[in-house]
Amino acid sequence: MKIGRRSFLSFVIGGAAGSAFTPLPWKLIDDSSIWSQNWPWTPVPSDGEYSQKNTVCTLCPGGCGITVRKVDDRAVKIEGMKGHPVNAGGICLLGLSGLQLLYGPTRVKSPLKRVGERGEGKWEKISWDEAISEVAKNLAEIRSQGESHAVGAIVNSDKGTVSNLFKRFLTAYGSPNFMTTPSIQDSYRMTISLMQEVINAQAGFDVENADFILSFGSGIIDGWGSPVRMFKANSAWKADGKKVVQIESRLSNTAAKSDKWIPINPGTEAALALGLANVIITNSLDSKKISQSTGFESFKKLVQNEYSTDKVSKITGINSTAIVSLAKNFAQASKPLAICGKGQGSAPGSLDEFMAVHALNALVGNINEEGGVWAVSEPDYIKWSDPELDSVASTGVQKERIDGAGSEYLHATSLLNRFPEVINSGEGYPFKALFVSDANPLYSMPDSKAIKAAFKSIPFVVSFSSYMDETASNADLILPNHVYLERYEDVPTLAGLSKPIVGLARPVVKPQFNTKHVGDVIMLMAKALGGKIADAFPWDNYEACLKETLGIKWDALVENGFEFNGDKCMLEGDFNFYPEAMKSLSDFSPVSIEGSALSYPLILMPYDSIRLANGYIGDPPFAIKAVEDTVLKGKDAYVEVNPKTGKELGLTQGRHAFLYTPRGKAKVKVNLYEGIMPGIVALPRGLGHTAYDKYLADKGCNFNELIGSVEDQVSGLDAAWGIRARLTKV
Amino acid sequence: MKEEGKHKKAKKYGMVINLDACTGCGACMVACMAENNVPFKEDESNKLDSIAWMRVYKLTNGKSYPEADICYLPRPCMHCEGDHGHSPCVSVCPATATDYNHDTGIVSQIYTRCFGCRYCMVACPYHARYFNWWDPVWPEGSTKYLSPNVSPRMRGIVEKCSFCFHRYQLAMDKAYVEGRTVLEENEYQTSCTQACPAGAITFGDLNNPEHKVHQLAKPDNKHGGRPGNPNVFRLLERLGTNPKVYYMSSREWVRRAGDNYLGDEDFAKTHRH
Repeated sequence: MKIGRRSFLSFVIGGAAGSAFTPLPWKLIDDSSIWSQNWPWTPVPSDGEYSQKNTVCTLCPGGCGITVRKVDDRAVKIEGMKGHPVNAGGICLLGLSGLQLLYGPTRVKSPLKRVGERGEGKWEKISWDEAISEVAKNLAEIRSQGESHAVGAIVNSDKGTVSNLFKRFLTAYGSPNFMTTPSIQDSYRMTISLMQEVINAQAGFDVENADFILSFGSGIIDGWGSPVRMFKANSAWKADGKKVVQIESRLSNTAAKSDKWIPINPGTEAALALGLANVIITNSLDSKKISQSTGFESFKKLVQNEYSTDKVSKITGINSTAIVSLAKNFAQASKPLAICGKGQGSAPGSLDEFMAVHALNALVGNINEEGGVWAVSEPDYIKWSDPELDSVASTGVQKERIDGAGSEYLHATSLLNRFPEVINSGEGYPFKALFVSDANPLYSMPDSKAIKAAFKSIPFVVSFSSYMDETASNADLILPNHVYLERYEDVPTLAGLSKPIVGLARPVVKPQFNTKHVGDVIMLMAKALGGKIADAFPWDNYEACLKETLGIKWDALVENGFEFNGDKCMLEGDFNFYPEAMKSLSDFSPVSIEGSALSYPLILMPYDSIRLANGYIGDPPFAIKAVEDTVLKGKDAYVEVNPKTGKELGLTQGRHAFLYTPRGKAKVKVNLYEGIMPGIVALPRGLGHTAYDKYLADKGCNFNELIGSVEDQVSGLDAAWGIRARLTKV
Repeated sequence: MKEEGKHKKAKKYGMVINLDACTGCGACMVACMAENNVPFKEDESNKLDSIAWMRVYKLTNGKSYPEADICYLPRPCMHCEGDHGHSPCVSVCPATATDYNHDTGIVSQIYTRCFGCRYCMVACPYHARYFNWWDPVWPEGSTKYLSPNVSPRMRGIVEKCSFCFHRYQLAMDKAYVEGRTVLEENEYQTSCTQACPAGAITFGDLNNPEHKVHQLAKPDNKHGGRPGNPNVFRLLERLGTNPKVYYMSSREWVRRAGDNYLGDEDFAKTHRH
């Protein structure tokens, strides 16, 4: 066939048209894109049988009920438990990220023994038998030298079976040094015992029924109390038109959501509370019932002589009319409630402030009343008989506590803040061994340098942490606990709840790694030591101990996940307006702050954000991802500074600066924020971790490295709320 | 049975977010990440490449201390209806990888179709769409918590909020098994709505007068879904994107922050049309 011009053109055009209309190339592109998207590095989560399991979140003291969604044996999502008395289906972002802690890269996967220098990160995997005998060997040696009192434990709280097993172990072993992580609960407990003569009571707040909430810097929606419960209460107040007044020098989220934000000179909250009390008494707005109470006349004299509105206005920086109208509005509300404890309440604060605020509550007659502050009895289901002590133990427990609680500071039960200083100054006896469980003091205690130095001088440190946190990475031995989703544990919740609740954490999944329940480890250690120490633990294992301790409650707890009868259990006592401890308020001076104003013209204060966990749990990847880029950018944390202060210092938005305090130095970025009082620098808590995983470590700076502890005169607790600081251009 | 036979009105799922109640706690963001297998990387502080289907923005009133005020604004995908389903992103997608579902009003994102041209990201006025610049990497062991209901995405494609569409499918499946074709209001709720500890998010069918979202927003379907409640507004209302996420605030400065107004423009007038 001859190829002419005509046939050539028809061939070309026909071919072009044909290939344009054939589906083949499109099909190939489609296929290849589908193929490339099935490349194996994008995981395909396996499907399976769906189930749900209820348990309790223990990542903060809030005690929320959670429902874990499972696919076969994998936990895939944590949700708030519907109908739970604390959180009623709500949940916070830390609780939501819990599975990242369970399955995350920061888990300690088996018992570890340090082989390099402390903190070097060189570990040897050992078996549980080796680990237990290592501890027992060390403890037996210390004991044989008659130094059993020089062994201590730092745990999260003194409630619940695990804490009490630790306490029991120390007692049977022969040491009084059972220490707990401090919080405002300590201050409230002490306030109630001083002013109401009721011991072992916690402050419960009937926030659901209050109609005028006066908050002295408490982060109602920043994580104070039981966070989800407070979120819910806050929303209910808004819906019902109830009033919230926030007294704080920074426009926190709580201040922004309140009906009125009143900035105050920091450290002068007690003066304001007493100034308000003065207005209330002078205008006869106080509850007549309460004015018969002990010490009322002395209290009246105190506030009338020393806390006149003009004087208080000068101290606090709040104008007189605002003070008077606030006092009147507060007293005339039908169910007013005043709360204190700054931010999330992780720092105990000044006892003067707590007593002044408590007196204010008493003045409007809301103690143990609906919508008020209740003295709630602590759960007392642990009824173990006292352990029988051998001679070493009975000598050991008689020794004075290293932190001075109960001796130097009569009212305190534990003063962890004093521990580093006592150790470092050599005042106390040399410490031989320390156990740390559910606590991360190397990160979360003020004055990191001091606590690190104290740890250095303790020859044997054992961590029970499930995660490679700061304390674990500086320990000699890590005996990893199951995480909360893998273990049984009773969770008595106080955290400001008006009606106590006991939750039960239950294993949702099988233990993922070679970990052991800390309760079981305590019993194994006791057995290894033998004698009366072993006899003090008659249980086969922790689960048996828990079942026996909870007794008839066990079945209900397994069924519901919590025990809550909704009964009020308030403790009544005689209110004393003017306990001995309050005499210091007769000559008011703001809570002292470290540093001289000359070399440190600014004041550094921490602020708490619900997006930044700052206790012994660090932010999991999802939570740190949710942090704003004006809080953390790359490796830099931002400090908040008023634009006026920024201008004086020549600092512009986003600029690097050096932050100096008498305790340390940090490189930060500057965020000019109109919501902060000039002269104040605010730094978030919860950043600056050095341990955990790459998602959290080495980001920003740790506030605790910049601040020291200021001892409260009466309680011995840490009263520091800030520190003097200097900010300079880089 | 008569009911069943009737032609059912299309559903229009939407959200009303109460900015007075929102505390900026970020639970919605994390609830979304955990529900939808959203990946994370070492540094997430560059918010331009940080994938957050739900992102909480912080608004300020621009005033000086102590008159300063802040407000948080959670921003999921707005699931714009535009003009009869011509939402900004759907109109530009060359691969039909994003589609407007007229039965539910949900704007989908079909990962296997998307080839990453990012037209939709340019077209979206709300920055609700995110591009996977990298393949997702979960640390060892962490793939165990991935949900089988949402497929993890790969490098080179766009993703965004789906109003937890898989939850709709699961709820519908359950309803069909039980012989129903209509969902109760509480049967289909997004992960963020469920998690919000402040109860600030309400989710439901905007076309159903019995649903709370309808009662709160009072949408005027004759005029592009404009809210009838004077405290309710939508973001960039005047663009005509007809979004299905409504915001509620008692504060005027917050409502005003929802759109761009000239300095001397009478906000109240333009807002109310």
